[in-house]
Amino acid sequence: MNRLDFIIAFPEIVLLAGACALMIVDLFLKDGSRRASYLMAQCVLLACAAATAFVLYGTVTATEEGKAVAVIYGFHGLFVADLMAHVLKLAAYGAVSLALVYSRQYLLDRGLLRGEFLTLLLFALLGMMVLMSANSFITVYIGLELLSLCLYALVALNRDSAASTEAAMKYFVLGALASGMLLYGMSMIYGATGTLDIAGVAKQVALASKDVTQQAFLVFGLVFVVSGIAFKLGVAPFHMWIPDVYQGAPTAVTLVIGTAPKLAAFAMAMRLLVNGLLDLAHDWQQMLAILAVLSMAIGNITAIAQTSLKRMLAYSTIAHMGFMLLGLLSGVVGGNWLNAADAYAASMFYMLVYVLMSLGSFGMLLYLSQKGFECENLDDLKGLNRRNPWYAFVILLLMFSLAGVPPTVGFYAKLVVLSAAVNAGQIWLAVAAVAFSIVGAFYYLRIVKLMYFDEPKDATPSPGQTIGMQILLSANGIALLALGLLPGWLMNICFLAIKNL
Amino acid sequence: MLLSLSIWVPILAGLLVLAAGGDGNAPLQRRIALAGAVLGFLATIPLYAGFNLHTPGMQFVEHVSWIQRFNVFYSLGVDGISMLFLLLNSFVTILVVIAGWTVVTQRVGQYLAAFLIMSGLLNGVFSALDGLLFYVFFEATLIPMFVIIGIWGGANRVYAALKFFLYTFFGSVLMLVALLYLFNKSGGSFAIADWWKLPLTLHEQVLLFFGLLFAFAVKVPMWPVHTWLPDAHVEAPTGGSVVLAAIMLKLGAYGFVRFTLPILPDASRELAWLMIALSLIAVVYIGLVALVQTDMKKLIAYSSISHMGFVTLGFFIFNAYGVEGALVQMISHGFVSAAMFLCVGVMYDRMHTRNIADYGGVVNTMPKFASFMMLFAMANCGLPATSGFVGEFMVIMGAMKAGFWLAFAAASTLVFGAAYTLWMYKRVIFGAVGNDRVAALQDLNGREFLVLGALAVAVLFMGVYPLPFTETMHASVNELLRHVALPKI
Repeated sequence: MNRLDFIIAFPEIVLLAGACALMIVDLFLKDGSRRASYLMAQCVLLACAAATAFVLYGTVTATEEGKAVAVIYGFHGLFVADLMAHVLKLAAYGAVSLALVYSRQYLLDRGLLRGEFLTLLLFALLGMMVLMSANSFITVYIGLELLSLCLYALVALNRDSAASTEAAMKYFVLGALASGMLLYGMSMIYGATGTLDIAGVAKQVALASKDVTQQAFLVFGLVFVVSGIAFKLGVAPFHMWIPDVYQGAPTAVTLVIGTAPKLAAFAMAMRLLVNGLLDLAHDWQQMLAILAVLSMAIGNITAIAQTSLKRMLAYSTIAHMGFMLLGLLSGVVGGNWLNAADAYAASMFYMLVYVLMSLGSFGMLLYLSQKGFECENLDDLKGLNRRNPWYAFVILLLMFSLAGVPPTVGFYAKLVVLSAAVNAGQIWLAVAAVAFSIVGAFYYLRIVKLMYFDEPKDATPSPGQTIGMQILLSANGIALLALGLLPGWLMNICFLAIKNL
Repeated sequence: MLLSLSIWVPILAGLLVLAAGGDGNAPLQRRIALAGAVLGFLATIPLYAGFNLHTPGMQFVEHVSWIQRFNVFYSLGVDGISMLFLLLNSFVTILVVIAGWTVVTQRVGQYLAAFLIMSGLLNGVFSALDGLLFYVFFEATLIPMFVIIGIWGGANRVYAALKFFLYTFFGSVLMLVALLYLFNKSGGSFAIADWWKLPLTLHEQVLLFFGLLFAFAVKVPMWPVHTWLPDAHVEAPTGGSVVLAAIMLKLGAYGFVRFTLPILPDASRELAWLMIALSLIAVVYIGLVALVQTDMKKLIAYSSISHMGFVTLGFFIFNAYGVEGALVQMISHGFVSAAMFLCVGVMYDRMHTRNIADYGGVVNTMPKFASFMMLFAMANCGLPATSGFVGEFMVIMGAMKAGFWLAFAAASTLVFGAAYTLWMYKRVIFGAVGNDRVAALQDLNGREFLVLGALAVAVLFMGVYPLPFTETMHASVNELLRHVALPKI
């Protein structure tokens, strides 16, 4: 272990120290002065962002093709710092920070803005970061468990709510099962390759391509690894927990679960499947194709039948994750990975865009909720255009973006993954995907219909929320449009991140 | 620069109208909207004035890199085929803004903004030279139209708006897959001009043909995917119907000339029988359907489908008369259908009914209006000296070259068109005053007179002297036909 190890893990160290400090400081704060811990959490996030930026700039190296970000391994190959990790981490800080701003008033109104929320949130973020930088099965598992355990507890944050507790139980039981499957799959692969190091696994798998027995072992393990990843992403048929947890958890927690952890799940898929098991791509791509079609079908069709907004968004998540998989499964065509970077970059772009849209949608639910009133059902949006035209417009942007209608950025997200699928010759998969996206368009349009075409149910007083939230939420909506007009730079970042993997 | 102006001036004006606040500022918003529409139209005038008639290529080209990773360019340009649609669209936008001046009283800003933004986007569709840019504009027009039908529409507006959106969305996403296939096949280029040169096997061409066909056929709309149109037209507010009929339907037909014919020439020839059959069904069968309608808007909607059948027929008989006739028919239908829907709007604003049976003897109380409507009804049946005649005549001449029975079936529209239009006109306008409400009708006010008068001038001018229209498209149409004649296999 040398100094470099600590330098590349600097953001994690800052976060750990900050989270511990927050935990202790919060003990001495009275209920009236929770504002201090909230600000402290935001400061910790800012410090993390600075630390990541520091590492990022420190590792930029000049190559023949111009500047590139070096890939640095640390802690005897347990940990890796590369551009993908940096980008995803920065996005995760942003997502968590926005989530904090959006949920602050909501949690205050319900007496839930306690130290536990902030501390658990920061530790969950730490878990995500470990996942994003994982270069060994051990690190993957530690990161995953740290993240999951924090989320289980967050779901049950509102102890007095039966729905929340039930959701937390379900999440915990199913999550434990998924972790078990993942672990089982990893152990199989370990048995076949004799190493836990992901780069080492990749080497062994490449060598094992001739050996039939070893190959069988590997594929057997792969099935379980893919199931574990599918559970974390929430793709069908491992999606059962998503609707219940999204609906049962307090909306602020749903916002947290629905955003940054998706980035971590994506990183996990990349590290395990692409970094580790790329030589088995032929096998896992077929599995992902089935998962993708199932998710798009189940997610989109079931979402239509929902009356609860949170549940509808949950099924929409499932559908979106299925769409995202289209990129992941289009990397390798017949043993040729010339276009692999494009395809994985497409998935990464999709994920980042999805997180932005998800932040906005759940943020709007929080915005429209007030003390003693939860904005949960579709009918709560009725006639919003009459009451609050600007936020109705923001939701309109969000919905069209989720449906993938240009010029919003959601369209480009769909475009890049579809393009990857078509490049890989998966034309019929692409046709199936667009067919389901039409089904999906229906329930997003229904929201627009409720807000714009229907009369308000009652004259609900216009919500009074903090200025910060209003500005950020508006910016979040506008960003969908702005990114839709200029999506190129984000695509470039994603491509560079994947190319440097 | 001019093309960008014609796209972005209306859009910015629309945003400005939105920013001007709620209904309290309605008078200001109306003025901004009118200024935006007029400026947008003025931006298209130099396009016509500076247009070079002798080159088939793209003019006023703008070419800026947009999304580097996907080789997408913000690439605009017009040729003889697309240029007239920009003029038509910007012209109709002014009329729509004026026509809604006092009629719309609720959420005025949003109403005007939706139309202005849509106008800019439609100009974008007609001038995009990049496949993806085209798709973005093509799809983005759905959002304002969806909102227009849904908010300001009639009783069944929600159903109509959703049906409109889902139908067209379904068509366009299949087109997206086709475009991505072309992108991949051409080695990473979205430039439409590159696709024209791209060699494709017949099998590929046929699959791509159907991918594109769904998008364009729904938009045109062709039988049997036309059912959204009567619903959308009936429920949409007058302005929405006008833009829908005058401009949006043209997007599909424009897609055929810009994409299907030059990119997939072999498949187009191979499947021409199908397209001709569908077109003739639209012309004959939908013409008969129009005959039995009791709702005026529905009748005009079916008449639109029937007229658009003429357009697709003209494209797929592959001769200069047919294609030019079809393009002329598109422009003419833009004027005539806009005028017909405005006429219905004029009556609807007074009587709040569109049922033919609720009228009768309108000529007694609204003589000026009756004369205007007479002119437009005649144009709708294709009477010589109106714009409707020119296009239909050219298409029938083209069809005659392709086969006698083809021309015979197509010409039946002259009978059916006259039957449903004039019969409706007779029941609504002539006869004794039908009821007390008709007796109390007021004739056209100045604003309505202005709008209908402008369209009447356009219809007559185009009917008497169509040369400025046909000479504009001549070079480009010949180039297009040369392309279609070249096999790609």
